[in-house]
Amino acid sequence: MQAYIVLTRRELASFFVSMTGYVIIAGALFLIGFSFVDLVVKLQSEPTPMPITELFYGTAYFWLILLTAAPVITMRLFALEKFSGTFETLMTTPVSDLQVVLAKFTAAMMFYMLMWLPLLGCIFILRHYTTDPGVLDIGAIGTTYLGIFLLGGLFMSLGCFASALTRSQIIAAMVSFTMGITLFLLSFLGNQLSTDTGWQMQVLNHLTMVEHMLDFARGIVDTRHVVLYVSLTIWFLFLTLRVVESRRWK
Amino acid sequence: MNNDFMIEVSDLTKRYAGHTAVSGLSFTVGRGEIVGLLGPNGAGKSTTMRILSCYMPATSGTVRVAGMDVFTDADEVRRRIGYMPENNPLHPEMRVREYLKFRARLKGMARKHSRERVDVVTEQCGLTDVSKKIIGHLSKGYRQRVGLADALVHEPDLIILDEPTIGLDPNQIRSVRQLIKDLGRTHTVLISTHILPEVEMMCNRVLILHKGKIVVADSPDNLQKLMSGSSQIIAEIAAPQDELRACWEQFAEIEYYDLSPTEGEFHRCALTPRNGMDLRPQIFALARERGWILRELTRNRYSLEDIYVRVTHPDEEGEEG
Repeated sequence: MQAYIVLTRRELASFFVSMTGYVIIAGALFLIGFSFVDLVVKLQSEPTPMPITELFYGTAYFWLILLTAAPVITMRLFALEKFSGTFETLMTTPVSDLQVVLAKFTAAMMFYMLMWLPLLGCIFILRHYTTDPGVLDIGAIGTTYLGIFLLGGLFMSLGCFASALTRSQIIAAMVSFTMGITLFLLSFLGNQLSTDTGWQMQVLNHLTMVEHMLDFARGIVDTRHVVLYVSLTIWFLFLTLRVVESRRWK
Repeated sequence: MNNDFMIEVSDLTKRYAGHTAVSGLSFTVGRGEIVGLLGPNGAGKSTTMRILSCYMPATSGTVRVAGMDVFTDADEVRRRIGYMPENNPLHPEMRVREYLKFRARLKGMARKHSRERVDVVTEQCGLTDVSKKIIGHLSKGYRQRVGLADALVHEPDLIILDEPTIGLDPNQIRSVRQLIKDLGRTHTVLISTHILPEVEMMCNRVLILHKGKIVVADSPDNLQKLMSGSSQIIAEIAAPQDELRACWEQFAEIEYYDLSPTEGEFHRCALTPRNGMDLRPQIFALARERGWILRELTRNRYSLEDIYVRVTHPDEEGEEG
């Protein structure tokens, strides 16, 4: 347990001792700011019954942030250590492979959630300037963040897996970006096949991340979505663990 | 289990896809020994060290450290080993003290104890002046000391150093060597290197590895004795060349000789005696008897380098012989 905490702290700190952490946060902040402007312009033109969070999600910057930030956050995790050789010093200390994988994943998740904090700021600014207290639905904000957290878990574990596969950060980023985009595009494949009602359609319906996140943004927590994301996250972490262990039997 | 041995390796084999890095390696290292692992690149030194430090398992064979198997008791073994890999990888963005503390905590030490130990090793490795500096900004010599300090911080019984002096300047090499020598008083040390004088200076015992096998295992002194069987005698004598030639021809104990004129009257004679006898007294007596001027008389001792070259290139030797 001690090793896990010590490692997580170091991983998290390493985002902030180099430029990467600040660049990622600045980029995310920039895009969140954009969506905020978009949102304010929309609100000025016409009244809407939708919760603020759904409006936010409707600006589509959400996916841009998620799909680009995830590879950049995770690419370093294993690839850099393998490249510089510190992976060897790490693996010859009495820590287990599982601790290493979980610590790196936890640090990436923490940084990722930190990156989304400015969104809360935007929401509170809106609340400050409106007279209607109903604008701010705490429940919807909570479920939006739950959605961000669950999707983040999937994308971070995907990134961990990609990073464990290679010594090159660039390749790690490209692999996780490609896998992420593929998962994302599955949502639209469903629309293409909408006339079809066979099992393919049913499977695709369960994988439409765009719809899932819309539910979260509306304030709906569907356990099927939660189970899907949690199990996919665990699956990719398991794969990462297997890759890390593979040095034993390669 | 015999507890006199720090390391017991028996019949160790490691195969990578396509080639065998180490085959049938067996050796033991006693407590408190400083053992040097020598060999050309690709001889299997780093592989052996990686297996010892539980980074990867062997294909077959058993390795025990302090009586524990590196495969089944990996965590316990790791706690007892201080390992510094080749090229000494560090986290360049961290500060020296911060890094050592991180490593001490990672190795499972309690907060208070780790702080004390970090102080001790910082002092021991001469890092006090730079303890607040960022590792990436340090010179290579200091970085090497940081690596050493990391290997020592958890008070390991066994220290494994993979090429600890590579890429350092002569002064740095000297100070790192001194440090390792000091460590040898209280720890068991296994180092790998291709720098031969280093081994002669530091180690009690040398293992020469070639193509994944041990070809020689002995102390540097014993190796000298072993090789002196074919040692040469060099004599510089001022005398007419013909006279010298005639004299060496008649000398029964001399197998070969070689003459080359140097400045003035002097000739350099390289004499190879039969059976490795020491002919220096006879040559001196001969020179006195004939009234030659003798200005140098030495016996060529084989350096570890010759031994090394000889055992790691057996094919070429075979062709010559």
